[in-house]
Amino acid sequence: MNKRKIAGLITTGLLAAMLSGCGGDAAQTPAPQESFQHQAIPNELTVAIAQDLDDSLDPHMTVAAGTKEIMFNVFEGLVKPTPDGDLVPAVASDYTISDDRTTYTFTLRDGVKFHNGQTVTADDVVWSIRRCADAEGGSSLVESFSAVTDVAALDDKTVAITIAEPDNEFFSYLTAAILPKDYDKQDTAPVGTGPFRYVSRSAQDNVVLERFEDYWGTPAKMDRVTLKVMENPDSLLMSLQSGAVDLCAHMTSSRVAQLEEDFYIAEGTMNLVQALYLNNAEKPFDDVRVRQALCYAVDRQQILDLAFDGYGSLIGSSMYPAFGKYFDDSLTNYYTHDVEKAKALLADAGYPDGFDMTITVPSNYTPHIDTAQVIAEQLKAVGINAKLELVEWGTWLSDVYSGRQFQSTVVGLDASTMTARALLARFESSAKRNFINYQSEEYDALYAKAQTTFDDAQQTQLYKDLERNLAENAANVYIQDLADLVAVRKGLEGLRFYPIYVLDLSTLEWAG
Amino acid sequence: MKYAAKRLATLLVTMLLVSLLAFLAFELISGDPAEIMLGTQATPECLAALRAEMGLDQPLMVRCLQWLMGFFSGDLGTSYHYKQPVWELIAPKMAVTLCLSAISFLLIIVVSIPLGLLSAGRSGGRGEGLRTAVNQLCMAVPAFFTGMLLSWVFGVALKWFTAGRFPDLREDFWGAVQYLFFAAVAIAIPRIAMTVRMLRSTVNSEMGKDYVRTAISRGNDRGAVLRRHVLKNAVVPVVAFLAQTLAEILAAGVVVEQVFAIPGLGRLLVASISNRDYPVVQVIVVLLAFWVVLAGTLADLIQQRIDPRLRLGGSL
Amino acid sequence: MKKKRNGCLTAGLILTGFMVALILVGFFWTPYDPTAMATGPKLDGPSLAHLLGTDGFGRDIFSRVLQGAGNTLTIALATVTMGAVCGVAVGALTGYFGGIVDEALMRLNDALTAFPSILMALVIISLLGPGKKYNVVLALGIAFIPSYARIARTAFASLREVNYVKSAQLMGVSPWRILWVHILPNTMPVLLPALTIGFNNAVLAEASMSYLSIGVTPPDASLGYMLSEAQGMLSAAPWYAAGAGGAIILLVFGVGLIGEGLQRRDRGVV
Repeated sequence: MNKRKIAGLITTGLLAAMLSGCGGDAAQTPAPQESFQHQAIPNELTVAIAQDLDDSLDPHMTVAAGTKEIMFNVFEGLVKPTPDGDLVPAVASDYTISDDRTTYTFTLRDGVKFHNGQTVTADDVVWSIRRCADAEGGSSLVESFSAVTDVAALDDKTVAITIAEPDNEFFSYLTAAILPKDYDKQDTAPVGTGPFRYVSRSAQDNVVLERFEDYWGTPAKMDRVTLKVMENPDSLLMSLQSGAVDLCAHMTSSRVAQLEEDFYIAEGTMNLVQALYLNNAEKPFDDVRVRQALCYAVDRQQILDLAFDGYGSLIGSSMYPAFGKYFDDSLTNYYTHDVEKAKALLADAGYPDGFDMTITVPSNYTPHIDTAQVIAEQLKAVGINAKLELVEWGTWLSDVYSGRQFQSTVVGLDASTMTARALLARFESSAKRNFINYQSEEYDALYAKAQTTFDDAQQTQLYKDLERNLAENAANVYIQDLADLVAVRKGLEGLRFYPIYVLDLSTLEWAG
Repeated sequence: MKYAAKRLATLLVTMLLVSLLAFLAFELISGDPAEIMLGTQATPECLAALRAEMGLDQPLMVRCLQWLMGFFSGDLGTSYHYKQPVWELIAPKMAVTLCLSAISFLLIIVVSIPLGLLSAGRSGGRGEGLRTAVNQLCMAVPAFFTGMLLSWVFGVALKWFTAGRFPDLREDFWGAVQYLFFAAVAIAIPRIAMTVRMLRSTVNSEMGKDYVRTAISRGNDRGAVLRRHVLKNAVVPVVAFLAQTLAEILAAGVVVEQVFAIPGLGRLLVASISNRDYPVVQVIVVLLAFWVVLAGTLADLIQQRIDPRLRLGGSL
Repeated sequence: MKKKRNGCLTAGLILTGFMVALILVGFFWTPYDPTAMATGPKLDGPSLAHLLGTDGFGRDIFSRVLQGAGNTLTIALATVTMGAVCGVAVGALTGYFGGIVDEALMRLNDALTAFPSILMALVIISLLGPGKKYNVVLALGIAFIPSYARIARTAFASLREVNYVKSAQLMGVSPWRILWVHILPNTMPVLLPALTIGFNNAVLAEASMSYLSIGVTPPDASLGYMLSEAQGMLSAAPWYAAGAGGAIILLVFGVGLIGEGLQRRDRGVV
């Protein structure tokens, strides 16, 4: 009988062989054995992304970082960021700022076209900025544009934007996408001016982009880029190994380690402030000594070693190294791993035997889960019993971020624009996004001062003081800026890293 | 014919009931869809506006009727997450899942029916213990584990197919079938084991009956008896079993699609569950339920064709 | 013949006994703390110090498998208990008393049993909200009720007509006592194999759900969750997948053999 079972298995094998033969003949694309060689399909690229793009593709509506990361290739603002962290004119070719720092006048670049073939006019720009600043539903689409008091087209090529008060950072908001006037299908069929145009999407499966031939700048190298949605990191790994995927960002070190031959690993930074965020209004974290004790109890280097194979850069406050002048490296080692000190502080605060706490982690972010697991282990040494609670991203947003119903959480916060303020504004006592309920009068005063100081050096110093304030008061247990490990198939070149969370596809090309 | 008509009527009523249940369950428990849609950006005014736009300010019964009417007239609603009509979202995935199920089902039939018949009537042989062990072992391996191994061995190491590159069903049908084949094997193995076991015990119990003994003792060829009499009687419970299998294939597919990164209904269902995209979940659930009920009805109809006694009444 | 039939049961009992014993030991003692990190080098192969090697955090996989199997066992047992108790209660009442309630409930039940339990559990969990251990139990437990109800109903309905039940009825024994004392014990030959099958379904369903990351979440390791973790390390640490997968297979295999053995013994008696 057993023989028959084996015979059955052999038949199955034959059937498989038959089918594979079949596939090779009937299909127009080459058989898989050949198509594994990516050279067979020139100038196309398959990139894996961990989550499907967000509900709406409308750039003024998107919230998810993963969506902005990709749509960076489709949309452009009046200005756009460079890998060095500068802002260069994009849809505009030139600009002037009035002496009172409230009026920005942009001259539009000649011959910039939308993906639908229309030429960008001043009307489109006015409409787009208004759309951000406005008004119709009573709430502004992009929060930062609420400061805009007037947008006007001075002529066909010139647009003036006026804001209520001088604001050093307003300029960086002008990376907001310029869209064709009165086009209302942005959420499902987006149209922008970027080097790639949106072709199609299939939910939970893929998003296809194609090179925009009429791009005003250096055209993209690839004809076509397919973004494949692979939520399961394990099948993702197999897809890389099998040759189905050419590039994938945000890989974990243990998975990257298994991709030897066909790939090289590019290392950038994720530009996130990863921390154990503590609800400062919740017992026992309302006591600064307890928070400091946690900072001493957590061994950040060990986190990097255990969960990230040593990749990543340590931070000591709400700022990461890619921000250059704003980053204060002296804070990085403000707290060093010291179990005794932690215990003493805890005893001082009235918790000699530690306490129980819950760390809420969004379940779709492996790096944060891993970090939380290591932290929970390390806290045992000082008698703190930390329990992980994994929640869906949606629940995290509503309960932790908006509802502030949590004790502690491990996440990475990003900067929406390339300004120090983007990382520091949320800790002002009354800030809407101050989900950790941080309260410090000194901080509020410093922050207010920073907003009205226009001398760059002075302002930079104020921002550094803010960072120091957060470190001294142990607002959160700051851990690291994660390394961004990108698996790149050998032969693929031109990957550039940015100090914000974007993936620039336009410079990628197959060598030779 | 009367029986068939009655059965079809029951089918329709069941379908109606299932859709009603799905609507009510999700409506009552899932919370406010407008709030979910707006997420962190919700303000009371926005919420009210959206509720009105979605018709949520209407009474429950009205909405229920609207949903049902919409459902049966082909308007399946709009996904919260993708802002697309649910039907557009589901249709291409459904094709993939149907293909996968069909291949799995074919595999199960092609492999297990000969195996089951061959192994029947030989109980107590020398291989008995081993056979039972292999059979039970096949049922013990989770389908996704088999899938994991298959996709690693054939998709990564041997490169018989490219794990993670599922060809578009319309552009490269055979390529897609080939890809699905390996997933189908993972789904089929435990079901094959079950079907073989089921067939074996059915045929065996039939073989023990008096009429078979008589037929054989009269000098009829054993094989001929098996073919002519036993099979006809054994087939009734087998058809019911296969209908159940059809439903289970679908369930196993949900997980295996994930392993092989196949863009089918299962993946959409799982993703929609974690996105709280209830309109999509609702529709998929109802469709799956239809599928299951339909398979059951079909099995019943086939059974009563084969064995008219069943028309007289009662369930088995 | 007779001997062979027992062989199946014996082998199953031995294997399951061994696994359960191991898991029970794991409740009180594991070689390492299952969550302790850096107990050895990362992703180290099996050795005397680490029977099944270590994972990416340097945790001892053997200890984690023990703990995970414990969780899986608890969940499966809780699920089966819940499904069986509720299911048998419904089935017993409708089967014994019959009538229009029986008719209506069984129509509904027919539709529900046809629905694969894992899909059912998925739907229920989407309503309850994923990510909690007891939600998994609840979802699977509810999903299993209809199938037990159906089995119990058939058994109770047929035993209702048996002579000793009829005579008990004539003697004026209360229906509850008849159900509990006279019928229930006699349904065991049918119920026991159903319980083993249910147990296996629960283990496999839980594993699938954890694999889809809507089941048990860390730090509560379950075998399914570990297996999905292991998939990402299949080439770097195959022993991880082997350990977690092996545990599931052995557990299900053992109980499956018991079920098979029970059914054969039953058939042998008939």
